[in-house]
Amino acid sequence: MTEEMLRSLPDSRGHFGAYGGRFVSETLMDSLMQLEREYLKLRDDPEFQAQFDKDLADYVGRPSPLYFAERLTRETGGAQIWLKREDLNHTGAHKVNNTIGQALLASFLGKKRVIAETGAGQHGVATATVCARLGLECHVFMGAEDVQRQSLNVYRMKLLGAEVHPVESGTRTLKDAMNDAMRDWVTHVDDTFYIIGTVAGPHPYPLLVRDFQAVIGRETRRQALEKAGKLPDALVACVGGGSNAIGMFYPFLTDESVEMYGVEAGGLGLESGRHAAPLSAGRPGVLHGNRTYLMEDENGQIAGTHSVSAGLDYPGVGPEHSWLKDIGRAQYVTITDDEALAGFRQLTRVEGIMPALESAHAVAYATKLAATMHKDQMLVINVSGRGDKDIHTIAKLDGIEV
Amino acid sequence: MSRIEAVLKRLKGQGRKALIPYITAGDPHPEVTVDLMHTLVGAGADIIELGVPFSDPMADGPVIALACERSLKHGTSLRQVLKMVETFRTRDPDTPVVLMGYLNPIEAMGYTAFADAAKSSGVDGVLTVDLPPEEADEVAPLFTERGLDAIFLLAPTTTDDRIRAISSHSSGYVYYVSFKGVTGAARIDVDDVAENVKRIHSLTALPVGVGFGIRDAETAAAVGRVSDGVIVGSVLVDTIAKNQEDIEALKAALAKLLRPMREALDELAS
Repeated sequence: MTEEMLRSLPDSRGHFGAYGGRFVSETLMDSLMQLEREYLKLRDDPEFQAQFDKDLADYVGRPSPLYFAERLTRETGGAQIWLKREDLNHTGAHKVNNTIGQALLASFLGKKRVIAETGAGQHGVATATVCARLGLECHVFMGAEDVQRQSLNVYRMKLLGAEVHPVESGTRTLKDAMNDAMRDWVTHVDDTFYIIGTVAGPHPYPLLVRDFQAVIGRETRRQALEKAGKLPDALVACVGGGSNAIGMFYPFLTDESVEMYGVEAGGLGLESGRHAAPLSAGRPGVLHGNRTYLMEDENGQIAGTHSVSAGLDYPGVGPEHSWLKDIGRAQYVTITDDEALAGFRQLTRVEGIMPALESAHAVAYATKLAATMHKDQMLVINVSGRGDKDIHTIAKLDGIEV
Repeated sequence: MSRIEAVLKRLKGQGRKALIPYITAGDPHPEVTVDLMHTLVGAGADIIELGVPFSDPMADGPVIALACERSLKHGTSLRQVLKMVETFRTRDPDTPVVLMGYLNPIEAMGYTAFADAAKSSGVDGVLTVDLPPEEADEVAPLFTERGLDAIFLLAPTTTDDRIRAISSHSSGYVYYVSFKGVTGAARIDVDDVAENVKRIHSLTALPVGVGFGIRDAETAAAVGRVSDGVIVGSVLVDTIAKNQEDIEALKAALAKLLRPMREALDELAS
């Protein structure tokens, strides 16, 4: 794989090899093409980039640290484990990098109304936050099931002035929230900007979300060279839709020595069928505006998913990950609910850092992987978000009422 | 000449407009779909749009989304829908049937297998809501080779250039979505539709069917006045939902809805 090829995608039609594209009803095509045109202009516009960088620095609090997890390394044995601290961002997750970027785009396009979908609520909170800051009307679609398991984030969004719409259709989770957001968008296409929270959806979303999140990998690269004097040997990030993972991976794609691991939600185990691991146990199909790996039945109906983490509970994945899987540039693996919970407890107890349950999947896989590596090697975990939002889930498992 | 083209040509010669009802296959139950199709023809349908249920119908409102859920509860598959068309054809060799749905069930079946089966079952056209012509390179030629019409959507947001491009990939008719929104919303603005259909007619020779928001004889006539056909969906599907328990009552209710639309459209001709 040449450097040129790795960096050139998506192509002009939004394809990453066989994946990506633009599979939406005709009403949305004009808006998507306009968004693509505007974004490609602004992408190389120094003024836009300067504003984005300034917001990331002064509002989000970047750069986020690259932290050497000394006790976790010692307890694990093997490679040195470093943490990229996206949990320290304003609003508590990597999601805000992207919402800052897309809100800037919305302002450039003159749109006053913003919609978003959310699973665990991190993207909803990040969207509500940037809307509060810019005085934009904000509507967040969230599966009714997720509204229940993430009540804290629902309340945060409401405090920020957003209207939260519980979605009762289908499986009442993230995929159904995305359907309803698309329905709202098609209805209010003239004045509404849809801030998609992950690297999925119709072109140009996988491209622009990746670009906005790539700050994670660029910083990690620079910080690794500064602090360790070399590039990491392995990167580990959780994958639901896959935005934190692509943000971490993208700036390293052409560094052949750097191995990449995307960790999907294994739920109750792949053999149980109750998981959210399309790359590990699905096949290519078309959903939510793009072709990508999906969880589906033999008739092409989208399958129900399960994960202890609402943020990973999605039957699809960003198309660029599908491509990276097929060409073998990144490896995709799974961690079960139980392993993720153990990862959550270990990082909390050993380092005093409480990761989101999403990120706990990456932690759990990284400790397994580090144990097989040499102690001179360096592994970086993307701690994509903090675990406050998941306290209710953990407490319930411990039989404690919070 | 395809069956769709022949029907639309005949109607045009008579100065009449096509009435194109939509129902979701397998709703409320797979066993009654063929019977309902005959009922629609008996009540004046010229072409039938048969919905293929999908778990994530993003472009549809709650009425059709619920119909998909009802149908999928019985496990209705694309293969079964094709069987329904085959059964329908044993009694009705004339009325064109257009399958309408989303891409993933077709992709799961395999494009070639689907195109072959659609042809041999007696399907006449395919409208895939989430497949713009830009992504149809692979599947559209398979339809053309078999004489199946590929029907694409046009929307109020579609530019003149796109209307030309989309029409050049279409056959049978083009489906104009009358407003920005999902199926079943009551937002149709007849003046706006008239203006846009006029624009479309100036850019393509294909007949234009108009769907979304047609609920009764009055809106059917108003839209029929400016288009070549009217497509009626959610109001029929809603009737199916309300009469699921009693199939005879359901058939009577569907006919009662459709017949006045037929009459109103035919009055335009006289």
